[in-house]
Amino acid sequence: MTQIGLNHFLFVSVVLFCLGIFGIITRKNAVMVLMGIELILNSANINFIAFAKYGNFGYQGQMMALFVIILAAAEAAIALAIVLNIYKTFSTVNVDEIDTLKD
Amino acid sequence: MQNFPILSFITLLPLFGMVILLFIPKKQELIIKSTTLVITGIQLVVAIFLLKNYNYSLGGINDPSTFQFIEKFRWIDISGFSWIGKIKIDYFLGIDGLSIPLVLLTALITFIATLSSWTINKSVKGYFAMFLLLDTGMMGVFVALDFFLFYIFWELMLLPMYFLIGIWGGPRREYAAIKFFLYTLLGSVFILIVMIGLYFSTTETLADGTKVFTFNMLSMMNPQNFTAQGILSPLNPGNLRLIAYIALFVGFAIKIPMFPFHTWLPDAHVEAPTAISVILAGVLLKMGTYGILRVCYPIFPDITRQLVWYIGLFGMINIIYGALCAMAQKDFKKLIAYSSVSHMGFVLLGMASLNSMGISGAIFQMFNHGTITAMLFLSVGVIYDRAHTRGIEEFGGLATQMPIYAGFTTLAFFAAIGLPGLSGFVSEAFVFLGAFGFGSIRVLTVISTLGILLGAGYMLWTFQRVFLGGLKEKWASLKDLTFREYAMLVPLSVIIIFLGFYPAAMLNIMNSSVNAMVKVMTNAQTFYGSLLH
Amino acid sequence: MTENLLIQFAIIILFLPLLGFVVTLFLGSKVKKIFLFENFVLILAFILSVIMVFAKLNYYPQENIVSEFHWISLNNVPLFGTLNIDLGILVDNISVLMIFVVTLISMLVHIFSIAYMHGDKRYNRYFAYLGIFTFSMTGIVFTHDILMMYIFWELVGLSSYLLIGFWFEKKSASDAGKKAFIVNRIGDIGMFSGILILFSTYHTFTFDKIFTQISLGVLPFNSEFWLTVTGILIFCGAIGKSAQFPLHVWLPDAMEGPTPVSALIHAATMVAAGVYLVVRVFPILTGGALEFIAIIGALSAFIPATIALTQNDIKKVLAYSTVSQLGYMVMALGVGAYKFAFFHLVTHAFFKAALFLGSGSVIHAMHHEQDIRNMGGLRKKLPLTYATFLISTIAISGVPLTSGFLSKDGILAGTFAFGSLTGQWFFAFVGFFVALLTAFYMFRLVILTFHGEPRNKEKFDHAKESPFVMVMPLVVLAALSIFIWYTPNPFNPEQGAFLSKWIKAPTIVVPQNARYSFMKNDVIKPAEQVQTAKPKTEAEITFSESYTEAMHHAHIPAMLLSLTLAGLGILLAFSFYQWKKLDPDKLANSIKPLYKLSYNKWYFDEIYQATFVAFTLGLSNVLYWIDTYIIDGIVNGSATVTKQFSKFSGTFDNIVVDGLVNLMATISGFIGLMFRRLQTGKVQTYIVVVVFSLVIILFLFKSF
Repeated sequence: MTQIGLNHFLFVSVVLFCLGIFGIITRKNAVMVLMGIELILNSANINFIAFAKYGNFGYQGQMMALFVIILAAAEAAIALAIVLNIYKTFSTVNVDEIDTLKD
Repeated sequence: MQNFPILSFITLLPLFGMVILLFIPKKQELIIKSTTLVITGIQLVVAIFLLKNYNYSLGGINDPSTFQFIEKFRWIDISGFSWIGKIKIDYFLGIDGLSIPLVLLTALITFIATLSSWTINKSVKGYFAMFLLLDTGMMGVFVALDFFLFYIFWELMLLPMYFLIGIWGGPRREYAAIKFFLYTLLGSVFILIVMIGLYFSTTETLADGTKVFTFNMLSMMNPQNFTAQGILSPLNPGNLRLIAYIALFVGFAIKIPMFPFHTWLPDAHVEAPTAISVILAGVLLKMGTYGILRVCYPIFPDITRQLVWYIGLFGMINIIYGALCAMAQKDFKKLIAYSSVSHMGFVLLGMASLNSMGISGAIFQMFNHGTITAMLFLSVGVIYDRAHTRGIEEFGGLATQMPIYAGFTTLAFFAAIGLPGLSGFVSEAFVFLGAFGFGSIRVLTVISTLGILLGAGYMLWTFQRVFLGGLKEKWASLKDLTFREYAMLVPLSVIIIFLGFYPAAMLNIMNSSVNAMVKVMTNAQTFYGSLLH
Repeated sequence: MTENLLIQFAIIILFLPLLGFVVTLFLGSKVKKIFLFENFVLILAFILSVIMVFAKLNYYPQENIVSEFHWISLNNVPLFGTLNIDLGILVDNISVLMIFVVTLISMLVHIFSIAYMHGDKRYNRYFAYLGIFTFSMTGIVFTHDILMMYIFWELVGLSSYLLIGFWFEKKSASDAGKKAFIVNRIGDIGMFSGILILFSTYHTFTFDKIFTQISLGVLPFNSEFWLTVTGILIFCGAIGKSAQFPLHVWLPDAMEGPTPVSALIHAATMVAAGVYLVVRVFPILTGGALEFIAIIGALSAFIPATIALTQNDIKKVLAYSTVSQLGYMVMALGVGAYKFAFFHLVTHAFFKAALFLGSGSVIHAMHHEQDIRNMGGLRKKLPLTYATFLISTIAISGVPLTSGFLSKDGILAGTFAFGSLTGQWFFAFVGFFVALLTAFYMFRLVILTFHGEPRNKEKFDHAKESPFVMVMPLVVLAALSIFIWYTPNPFNPEQGAFLSKWIKAPTIVVPQNARYSFMKNDVIKPAEQVQTAKPKTEAEITFSESYTEAMHHAHIPAMLLSLTLAGLGILLAFSFYQWKKLDPDKLANSIKPLYKLSYNKWYFDEIYQATFVAFTLGLSNVLYWIDTYIIDGIVNGSATVTKQFSKFSGTFDNIVVDGLVNLMATISGFIGLMFRRLQTGKVQTYIVVVVFSLVIILFLFKSF
């Protein structure tokens, strides 16, 4: 049984990040895309904490993680509001169909 | 009172009036019209006041000390930039015996044209605003003594005229307006070029002894002010004075209008509303001959003497050709337009005489043509307002239906024919007597006398076709003159008759200046001759 | 009566009719009776002129009284000095006699018109026009300078225009007025050119000053030839106004005016103004100019006389006879019979005015019938008119005991004398032949009008003698056609005061060798001339003694010959028309071309219409065409060329210059289009791209 070290944390973080990216790319539903973003943010949080624990950075890692959580909350709120509005306007939350910016 | 800038006042008053008009609501047409009438009325009163205080014995022309009501101050003064050199332009106004008859004429004709504009009913505010702007331009040309200022006023008058013809004119108004505008602009370009050439050839000595280029016309008339290298300086052996003179002359001749540059006139007259025709014939045409007398003659006396035969020749062509063309007209207004061409020929012929009698005759003819032709155009306007046609052949027997109108028109027609006792005779006789006294144009003068025969021919023929004979059925309801029309025609008639009996009233005003002008022309031989050889 | 007072009288007489004109014209439509004012003014003027004639001839029989003022002064003209233009009044014997004639006839015509024009709708206007005519005529008479002469000359033309065209509703009347004015203007141009020459040479318009300078040897352009030309040019004015050949065509047409007007203007006064002008400028006329004048006069005497033979309009006959008589006067001046020319002017004025007013009376009685073929027998209906008409006809025919005999005989003697002195008998021949014609056609007129049986019964029955105001002037004028007023001896006019005291031939001022050969002895030495610039005394006035002598010799034969011819003419007229011994129609048929020539007035009107008028109108149309299509065409053409050029440059701009710009845009657009493919607008695609790019970059830059 090996000691759980930095690499393990980073591995979890990478897995989470890849899942997040995968979610963003593959999901059509805007809400699912948002959830992917949350996953990415959380993977970043894990990185912050892990480096804070094993590195010599004091509490700055934890600080940043807290900051990101707050930011994520705010972002989620705004993003959901946007999604709601998108739904109102286009009657769908499928991101493929919302491409009016292209034209 | 001594220092009151009376010439600026008379010139800028209409501009001020225009600003007032802009604050009057569009719907208040009567107020707009009366304001204009008041403004032009004040202008007329001031012009008469000018005459009253005018000293007849001072000559003017090329002597700055004998101009009257002078206003002079530095207007544009650029000396800070070494790369343009010093530019000093004066605001310089003044009048002499050459300009005061025309100042009077302008004030009078504008006032009468305002009365005649009473029937305008299409965007009244714009019309009168343009009208007053035009007034400022015309007045300015006659009082400016600085070439730059002169040119500004000359151009200023162009634009309102374009709109007045182009908006309030007849069916082909756009064509006529653009023709007028472009033609006159072409002339202005010539004037501008020569003006700049003269600017770079003339210097003026400042108080500190330095010499700067100047636009002052009176400085240009003194050969000592020319630089040695100036392109239009007589001191420069390779100067271009002859070409410049022709260019300048053509620039002014377009305005006269001199054959062959006259074709804009019939179109402009036919399309312009009555009041504008009156101003066009009454004042604007005089600006051409005035320009020649004010600018060409004293600045280029040497070239004038050289080319005077051609001026006389074109005068003769104008007289005969204009009269013959008039004879072929079917349109009343066009006929009078061509008669203007003929009558302005007398001015040219008189100017070509280079003696006191001829030049007096020319200036007097300018004034008389202003009043007589104004009256003729007003007469056409009276009948056009009622019958809405100007075809000579369509009328007949109007003397029975409108006897008083016929009476006034008879007066105007006979004045145009040059009947003694009316003002036109004296000026025409003076022109002939003067021109015949000048050896080289004697033959031209004798041929020109045919003009008075042709004049009688087309005028009487027209009179017969319009007024005599049996009355046509369709005109049996035409009304005779209204009070407003009396107010327009009576003052002009009085002036025409008064000056016919007592022409000295006008000739005395200009006498000193005419003699001064002749002196300039006769001295030119010795002056410029010694400079050249 | 001082000289000053005479001048004041002259000024009052001059301006009274003008006052009448102004008042009558402006109050004409408001005050019905205003014409009486005009009449009153004329009567006043006449009374003043009578006083003036007496005063002048009694107290100042020799003086020329002058008053002048500066009308215009051009002070101190460069190269010349003071130059003034003066107008002024000259009162001498000729002008007072002339003013007497003018005011008398004008007054009589005014009075005559009261009845003749009665009921016209422009009644007052008519009197106003008569007023301005009288004013202008008076001005011509009193003038002492040629400019003022010209001024009033033209004003007379105006009043003539207004009065001829008085009934302007008729096209023929307005045509006639226009024709009169324009034809007169042709002559006036010549006169004006003469004035130009005189003024440019002498710098003055005053007759006296011009005469003095010529007598000092100052000539136009320093040549006698130009002095001759000047004289002829000035005479051109007279050709126009006195209706001389070839400008006589307006006078017969002028008969469209009211008949009293014809009497006043177109018979007695205005048309005589031309003769008066020549009388005034007589001293400067050279031999050449006089000969020209005589030829014109002879032609004018002859041609209209032949036309008058065949005319049927009573007024037309009189009109042609007027031209013919004026031709007599002009011819008389041309051959040097100065005094008789003026004498004939005066006598003719009276009897011709009587004839015209008489014809007016006839026309009035016949209700505006003018054709003599519809008259006849009027003697019984219009006894007074007939009597006065007959006296005047006798006078014009040159029968003894009349004024016409005296003056005409003098003229004929003058031409006779001229023939005997120079050997040129042409003028004498014309003079005598025309005397025959005159007697014939005048009696033809009288016989056809008054004698025989009425040819239009209806009009004849309605005819009755005219009222007093019309008959009175006739009587006065006929009385003045008797010899007694002019001379006590009916066969020698020289015995009367008129010719022996009142009228003096002037001193000729032209250089010696420019005169008629027989006038050369009329010498005043140059040195004396300088001193005699003042009015000349009687002894110095010498008018070619040889000529005067020849006139005396010619007097008796000329009188006998003219008597014979006049008698023959009258006899012929009676045998043709009264006794019907000869048939005029048969004669006309046998000389058909001549008859037609005369009947159609020698085709002058047609010729002028086809040449000058048509030429001028044609030229004006051609020039207007040139103006519209060539001169204006060039202007519009240059506009079109500019427009076309601008269109071309616009196209160039569009295709080439703008094309380049657009090409750049198209290229960048194309590139953009390519790259646009990459832009799906889908966040997910972008993320894929980002992630893959990142991965690629990581692999590219891996240093581990």
